[in-house]
Amino acid sequence: MIESLDPRITREEIDENSVFSDLKELDQFETYEVFHQKKRGQQHSHVGIVHAPNAEMALLYAKEQFARRGQTCNLWVVKTQHVFATDYDDSDIFETTEEKIYRDPGTYKVMDRIKAYKEKNNLS
Amino acid sequence: MYGNADIDPNLKIHSIVADEDPIKLAAFEARIAAADKIEPRDWMPKEYRRQLIRMIEQHAHSEIIGALPEGTWITRAPGFRRKLALMAKVQDEVGHAQLLYSAAETLGKTREAMINDLISGKSKYSNIFNYPAPTWADSAVIAWLVDAGAIINQTTNAKGSYGPYVRALERICYEESFHLKYGHDNVVHLATGTAVQRISVQKAINRWWPPLMHFFGPPDSISEHSVILMRWKVKMASNEDMRQQFMDMYVPKIWDLGLTLPDPKLSKNKETGLWEYTEPDWAEFKRVINGDGPCNKERLAVRKMAEEKGRWVRHALLRKDAEYVTPLA
Repeated sequence: MIESLDPRITREEIDENSVFSDLKELDQFETYEVFHQKKRGQQHSHVGIVHAPNAEMALLYAKEQFARRGQTCNLWVVKTQHVFATDYDDSDIFETTEEKIYRDPGTYKVMDRIKAYKEKNNLS
Repeated sequence: MYGNADIDPNLKIHSIVADEDPIKLAAFEARIAAADKIEPRDWMPKEYRRQLIRMIEQHAHSEIIGALPEGTWITRAPGFRRKLALMAKVQDEVGHAQLLYSAAETLGKTREAMINDLISGKSKYSNIFNYPAPTWADSAVIAWLVDAGAIINQTTNAKGSYGPYVRALERICYEESFHLKYGHDNVVHLATGTAVQRISVQKAINRWWPPLMHFFGPPDSISEHSVILMRWKVKMASNEDMRQQFMDMYVPKIWDLGLTLPDPKLSKNKETGLWEYTEPDWAEFKRVINGDGPCNKERLAVRKMAEEKGRWVRHALLRKDAEYVTPLA
């Protein structure tokens, strides 16, 4: 029997020699990915996971785990298996984004042409 | 509260990376050298994965077991405010365990397997939690100095290369700064209080100093293994560097309160800038790690009881269609 400095533990009358049967798969449930929104108007961001038997309890655990400090106004949970992700090995698919300068408003320089046109035609 | 990669001095680089694809290994090392993070589904060397699982898992176990010595004092905390603060701190420690178990899970070891290995004794946790907290002053010293050591360890590891571990540590460090302030407040209260209070805090410091000196582990042997773990940013600082940093930051603060430390050799060498101290008893450290400490049995028995008593509730809640998927990040 465990005699502890902690009276709560002594009261449990724990048999230290009891045989522990190993936890089996899913004993700790599935995982949910947690998304946290700090303030209204801001985006939800991924902050981590919780293990839970259902979405309601996942939200409860998410509140305890990720909203103990600071500001929170909303939480989402999504089963990990329901998240589809690109492969890091395929991240070269994003590489040409920066080359696509026609998406950048700063690359459109109409004033140069307008000025040249006005000068050529004596339109001040 | 604690995690640092353990080093096997006999492992040679050749045997560590012998069967790794040299092209993938070079790309992996280049990514780390460029201060990029490694994410769960990236290719990684087997030894990188093995060391990280071991280290993060041990860190998670330390958090959940570390809640026990302080939890002892929740029912008897002097005053309601301290009781609330201590409950919040203990809840944080358990929350940190959850964050760390999750980070380790991304590397492919399930939480069930980690808990089984903790209870069977296959996985270790920080040795310091195998010591008891016989007085309130002990709980104050733990909250201040053990957490101070943990913060040094964690802020160091937070510069590592594995994304999920780094993200968990950033959140943990942010929360632990309250633990440190709370612990310091409690120690200062006792140290500036009545003669009885001063004696109690001095006795607690005397009790905790040897385990604190053990906290960062024995000095690392310089080996090929340690070189590669440093290069992969698994191990970010040597055990002795962290111990020196701890002494640099906290010994003056302890002395400042007029308290003493039970080591007559303890002093800072002005020329080298390093602290000199009596060599900790590493035989005792090994003996306690291997199960023969004052509280090892109790700590594991409590953990085992918690898992066993909660089991029927978890089974009742488990749905038939549940399916385990390794977390993404």
